[in-house]
Amino acid sequence: MILMKDVYKTYENGVTALNGINVEIEQGEFVYIVGPSGAGKSSFIKLMYREIKPTRGTLFISNKDVSELKEKEVPYLRRNIGVIFQDFRLLPKLSVYENVAFALEVIEEPPKNIRRRVMEVLDLVGLKSKARFFPNELSGGEQQRVSIARAIVNRPKIVIADEPTGNLDPDTSWEIMRAFEEINNSGTTIIMATHSKEIVNTIKKRVIAIEDGLIVRDEHRGDYGYES
Amino acid sequence: MLETNIEVITDMRARTIKRHFREGIKNIFRNGWMTVASVGAVTMTLLLVGAFLGLILNLNHMAEKIEDDVVVKVLIDLTATDDDVISLGDQIKKLPGVETVVFSSKDDELQSLINSMGQGGDVWKLYEQENPLNNAYIVKADKPQETENIAKQVTNLAHVDSVTYGQEVAQNLFKFTSYARTIGIILIAGLVLTAIFLISNTIKLTIMARSREIGIMKLVGATNGFIRGPFFVEGLLLGVLGSIIPIVGVLAGYKLVENSITGVSSIGFVEILPFNPFAWELSAIILIVGAGIGIWGSLMSVRKFLKV
Ligand SMILES: Nc1ncnc2c1ncn2[C@@H]1O[C@H](COP(=O)(O)OP(=O)(O)O)[C@@H](O)[C@H]1O
Ligand SMILES: [Mg+2]
Repeated sequence: MILMKDVYKTYENGVTALNGINVEIEQGEFVYIVGPSGAGKSSFIKLMYREIKPTRGTLFISNKDVSELKEKEVPYLRRNIGVIFQDFRLLPKLSVYENVAFALEVIEEPPKNIRRRVMEVLDLVGLKSKARFFPNELSGGEQQRVSIARAIVNRPKIVIADEPTGNLDPDTSWEIMRAFEEINNSGTTIIMATHSKEIVNTIKKRVIAIEDGLIVRDEHRGDYGYES
Repeated sequence: MLETNIEVITDMRARTIKRHFREGIKNIFRNGWMTVASVGAVTMTLLLVGAFLGLILNLNHMAEKIEDDVVVKVLIDLTATDDDVISLGDQIKKLPGVETVVFSSKDDELQSLINSMGQGGDVWKLYEQENPLNNAYIVKADKPQETENIAKQVTNLAHVDSVTYGQEVAQNLFKFTSYARTIGIILIAGLVLTAIFLISNTIKLTIMARSREIGIMKLVGATNGFIRGPFFVEGLLLGVLGSIIPIVGVLAGYKLVENSITGVSSIGFVEILPFNPFAWELSAIILIVGAGIGIWGSLMSVRKFLKV
C-alpha cells in the first residue's frame, strides 16, 4: 500500500530531516508516528501527499511512485489522501456544510452527489445538527471534526493527520480518536503523528518512532515510549 | 451511454465556468482602488494603441493610394521658348511607358492651385496679374511601376525645371509613417508593460487574500487549471473593462474625423479608410489587446504562486 525505500530528505537550507527511511504500511492499518520535536515526523507525512519530494529514494502509494509523479498528476494523488492538521484549516466565512462541500466542489463533483455525501460524513463525525454553524461558533474539537469530515468526504483510501489533537484538551481528543477509529474500521488507512502518550498507550496500534530522521522503533500494539 | 457522458461533462464545464466568473467578478469588486488603477492603465494604453494604429494605418493607406498615382508632373524651365516646349513634349511622348502627355499652362496651374485651396486659395488670386508658376506637362504612365523610371528620364531632358510624381510623395509619407510607428511602438510597449504590471499586482492582492482558500484547494486535489480559473477571469475582465472607453473613443473620434474630412473633400489626396469596416476592426483590435494584457497579467502573477 505505502512503501518507502531509503528515503532521504534534505531541505534547501541544508537541514536533513529524513535520513534513510524504510517502511511498509498495509491498507487498513492504523499507525502512530511518534518522536521528539524536530525528529522528522511532519516531513515523513508531507512526503505522502507530495507537499515535499524526497531528495533520494522511492515512495510508492498504491503501486505508484509518488516521487516520480508529474505536477499535473499531484491533484489526483491528493484526491485519494485525506489530510488533517493541528490547526484545522477551515475557511472562516463558510459554514460547516460549505467547508466540507468545498472539497467536493473544487474537484468538480456533480452537485446532486455533493449534498448527500456531505450530510453523510457530517453524520459520521456527529455534526449533522451543526451543519449551518460557522467555524467560530464551534469548539476546537468540533472544528477538528469538521476538518476530518472534509478529509474523508472524497472517500480517500488513506487519511494522514499531523498532530490532530495538538491543540485540543484531553477530553476533546477522545472525540477525535473515536472518529478516527470509526474511519479506520471502514477500511481506511490512518497515519497519525502525535505527541499524546495517553492516546498511544490507551488505543493500542502500530507505533513507528522516528529520531533524527531515522526509524528507531516499529512495533505493533506498541507504547508511546517517551516521557511526555 | 456515450451521449450522457458528454452531457455530464458539458454540464460540469458550464458549472465550472460559471463558478470561475462568479469568483472573478467578486474579486474585481473586492480589490476596489487597485481595480480602478489597473483598468485606468489599460484604458490609457488602449487609447494610445487606438490613436496610433488609426493614424499609422491611414497614413499607410494614403501613401499606397498616392503610390498608385500614374501622373508625373514636369515643370518647364521659365526660360524655355515655345519651340523648346513643343520639342520637349515630343521627346517625352517618345519615352517608353508613357501613355499621354498633356500641356498645362501656368494659368491652368494657378487656377487648379486656387481651386484646391478652397477658401484659402483667394490669396493666390493676387498672382493672377504676375503669375510666378511654371508651364507644365502632365505625363501619364501606363503602369504605376513606370512612373519613377519616366520621371528620372524626363529630369535629364533639356528645359526641364523639376519633376514631381506620386511615388516621391508616397516615399516621404512612408518614411514618416515608419518614424511614427517606431515612436508609437516604444510608447505603447511601455504602457502595455505598466498595465500588465498593475494588473498582475491587483491579482496578487486577490491571491494573498485567498491564500488560505487556495491552500485548501490544493490539499483536497483541485487542479491548477481550476485554481487559476477565477484569476484568469479577473484578468480578462480588467482588460475588457479597460477597453470600453477606448472603443467608444475610437468609434466617436473616427466618425468625427471622417465627417470633417468629407466636408473639405476638395483636398485631392486626403482620403481616409472608410469608417465601416475600419473603425470596427480597430475596435476589435483594441478589445483583443485589452483582453491579452489582462490575461497575461493574471497568468504572470498566478504562475509563481501555483508552483509547489
Ligand atoms: N521547510 C523546511 N525547510 C527547512 N528545514 C525544515 C523545513 N521543515 C522542517 N525542517 C527541519 O527539518 C527537521 C525535521 O522537521 P519536521 O519534519 O517538522 O519534524 P517534526 O514534525 O518531527 O517536529 C527540523 O530540523 C526542521 O527544522
Ligand atoms: Mg511536526
